[in-house]
Amino acid sequence: MNQFGDAIVYLNDPYNWTRPGGIIDLLIEHLAISAIAVLAAMAVALPVGVALGASGRGGGLIVGLSNVSRAVPTLALLTLFAVSPIGFGDPATTIALAVFAIPPILTNTFVGFRGVDADVREAARAMGMSGGQVIRRVDLPLAMPLVMTGVRTAAVQVVATAGLAALVGGGGLGQIINLGFGQQNYGEMIAGAVLVAGLALLTELSLVALAWAVTPGQKRFPWTSTRRSGVAVTPEPTAAGVPL
Amino acid sequence: MVLLEAVDQAPNPWFDPSYVIDNWSTILRYLGEHVRLTVLAVLLGTVIALPLAVLARRSRFLAGPVLALSTVVYTIPSLAMFAFIFPFTGLSSTTVLIGLVAYTLVILVRNFLAGLQGVPDDVREAARGMGYGPARLFVQVDLPLALPAFMAGLRIATVSTVALTTVGVLVGHGGLGQLIVGGFNANFYRAEIVTGTIGCVLLALLADLLLAGTERLLTPWARTVRA
Repeated sequence: MNQFGDAIVYLNDPYNWTRPGGIIDLLIEHLAISAIAVLAAMAVALPVGVALGASGRGGGLIVGLSNVSRAVPTLALLTLFAVSPIGFGDPATTIALAVFAIPPILTNTFVGFRGVDADVREAARAMGMSGGQVIRRVDLPLAMPLVMTGVRTAAVQVVATAGLAALVGGGGLGQIINLGFGQQNYGEMIAGAVLVAGLALLTELSLVALAWAVTPGQKRFPWTSTRRSGVAVTPEPTAAGVPL
Repeated sequence: MVLLEAVDQAPNPWFDPSYVIDNWSTILRYLGEHVRLTVLAVLLGTVIALPLAVLARRSRFLAGPVLALSTVVYTIPSLAMFAFIFPFTGLSSTTVLIGLVAYTLVILVRNFLAGLQGVPDDVREAARGMGYGPARLFVQVDLPLALPAFMAGLRIATVSTVALTTVGVLVGHGGLGQLIVGGFNANFYRAEIVTGTIGCVLLALLADLLLAGTERLLTPWARTVRA
């Protein structure tokens, strides 16, 4: 395909990377939007997930939220914030992405903290740990794999979805796809797609590595499938099963 | 001056019933495309995913790559996916359909495989001992036992396909997504955007309800246990 050759030419031109508004500028914008959105979502979802999960209440609410969020198209949410009084642009994109990043983090944190063995918790309490200590030193390490799954899912979803913002006047790498399409410069469009997809894959990989680093105990990558230990493959219990 | 102010403050309500009434045929047309793309994508995904899941269960060597590949496909953003497919199929709904099938396939293979792996080995052995051939074993033992996992996969795949179809606006075949981006491009016309959004959410919930009902009908034994 000729267009794929054009894409390689486009990506090989240093000027396309370094010019103002070029790939590097858009990449930084893309990453800044994504990082702020994920951090904001974590600030909201982690405390709520910990509180609800540790007390074991609110399961129905969280399942409902997670299901409804799956039915709302990301594109719709991005557009709705873009036409709200905030106006289209990076702030609106960031807020929309943060809203979308909440369900996966919340669900996974909730499931992780709820799943902590009550006996373990009781033993910790009997050893004289305070409520806060139990959460920090017992619940958190045990729930860590799921919490990180939630953060990873949310981050990949945000990085991937940030590309859609270009359809409704937002910034980021999606602009290259949208611009290339609009100008019928399909090489540029494919180059943009390569960049967006590559960034999403890189995000996934680096967060897998981060999860590996911060998870105590037995180290396991998600792709070293559970089959080897003889356990059946279970789909992740959350919004993780949703393409971006 | 007064006139200018009036123009500046032209009402832009979030929802407008008269928009829906005036544009009913357009909305129906986009809704029709949305439903068609969703149904086709889930059907094609099922047809392809089922044999893949059966193969992956049979061989441990296949299961790993199939799951790894599905993780990679998950991670590719939909906008990029459609952009990759575009050079081959152009401005047609086929471009959107291929992308959607790829995503449903990924969800369905995982859930189908999980369902098949959940069938207890003893049960299959007992059926084989009773003289069941491979085909009969699959239809009468594997399928009913894996049905809840199958249906769960179908529901997730359907709901997320409804949401994903909107991204097809890139090539002009986004179903109700056309209303969402169309409204944005028509000077931020909120009523059109909200109508498209509500349409998508209602369609997803309706599809989910239909599949949940089908599951209840197909698994009468689960119903009696619960009651």
